Amino acid sequence: MEIKICGPGCASCEKAQKVVEAAVAAKGVDASVTKVTDFQEIAKLGIFSTPAVIIDGDVKCVGRVPKQPEVEEWISNS
Amino acid sequence: MEPIQPAICGCEKKEPGQTNKMKNVNMGKAAIIGLLGFGLWYVIYKQLEPFSNFFSYSLLSLEKGSHFGDAVQFFVYDTPKVMMLLTIIVFVIGMIRSFFTQERTRKYLAGKRESAGNVMASLLGIVTPFCSCSAVPLFLGFVQAGVPLGVTFSFLIAAPMVNEVALILLFGLLGWKVAAIYLVSGLLIAIIAGWIIGRLKLEHWIEDWVQELRAGEALVIEKKLTLADRIEHGREAVRDIVGKVWIYVVAGIGVGALIHGYVPEDFMTSIMGKDAWWSVPAAVVVGIPMYSGAAGMIPIVEALLGKGAALGTVLAFMMSVIALSLPEMVILRKVLKPGLIAVFIAVVGTGILFTGYLFNLVI
Repeated sequence: MEIKICGPGCASCEKAQKVVEAAVAAKGVDASVTKVTDFQEIAKLGIFSTPAVIIDGDVKCVGRVPKQPEVEEWISNS
Repeated sequence: MEPIQPAICGCEKKEPGQTNKMKNVNMGKAAIIGLLGFGLWYVIYKQLEPFSNFFSYSLLSLEKGSHFGDAVQFFVYDTPKVMMLLTIIVFVIGMIRSFFTQERTRKYLAGKRESAGNVMASLLGIVTPFCSCSAVPLFLGFVQAGVPLGVTFSFLIAAPMVNEVALILLFGLLGWKVAAIYLVSGLLIAIIAGWIIGRLKLEHWIEDWVQELRAGEALVIEKKLTLADRIEHGREAVRDIVGKVWIYVVAGIGVGALIHGYVPEDFMTSIMGKDAWWSVPAAVVVGIPMYSGAAGMIPIVEALLGKGAALGTVLAFMMSVIALSLPEMVILRKVLKPGLIAVFIAVVGTGILFTGYLFNLVI
């Protein structure tokens, strides 16, 4: 599973990354969590507010820090 | 027999019709708890001053009118006062902000013409959640949605400059007049500077790759929020913001308490007083490259004002620190050509300069 977190690296983006990593650990799935920090790259994905979470190419949330149970659900569903 | 369980059993599975009723019950409950909470808040708030007097002059039996006694009373009164004000305002703003996502703000502004758009963008800048590192994605989104450049700048100027934490701290420490001046002048600068940038027709100074985005479609995933979610938003905002700024508040009040008694009132008058005409541009020039959140500025503002610096000069310094900063320019450089950044700094800097002189003249 491939999880991407889009954000330039501000406080809420870091928080989003932590939440996602915690969710991955809790679910015990094999997933790579990477960060996309380049604005051009992010904009190309159609994302204009950060942080955003993308799981296997599917954009799951935009412009807010997700909650851990939410992320766990996304992981289960994909 | 017709099933009658729903009427007598509340633990039935929630059906569409029932969720509505449950929501009403929750709303009523929330309203009552909210009112009770506010009542309690108010009662405690009203006791703060008598308590601080009792604490300083009776319990510690410090002498009323002595430097040290007054400093202690000031600190014991102002710290909880400002913290309580801060908590309630941040909570309310946090709830209000859950209605104004960046996506929605973008949609509002997309169809707006310039002048009205500048006013709306500045007002939305206050309530839309924003941090300086989200400036670039937000800028891209606005451009892509067809929001005029000047309107976008009104938003980008107002969002950091008119800050609810700064507003409430100014109100708590320096009174409602200073707070109102800060609010109104911040909004006016955002509106006028954005309007001017729009008039200058500088669209060609946006980086080329941004222009190419215009055709695309923005991705929006909206989550339906319940009242409980919004209350949670408010609580999160309190945890987040109050948890971060309380130290500045305590430092600011501590500095204020010391100044009250010990430092001569006219310490700064010759450098930053009304008569030093050059102090306003100097404050702006020094303030532009510096960066600090609004909350961090408040102790400095209080210290400067307490030592005899003029209000206009101090406000100009504070505004240039929080509205314009080197890190923000570096980030914006990815989407704007240097010319547009220079115009941005020049227009906003001039606006702040005028505000500084105006308040030194008027007050």
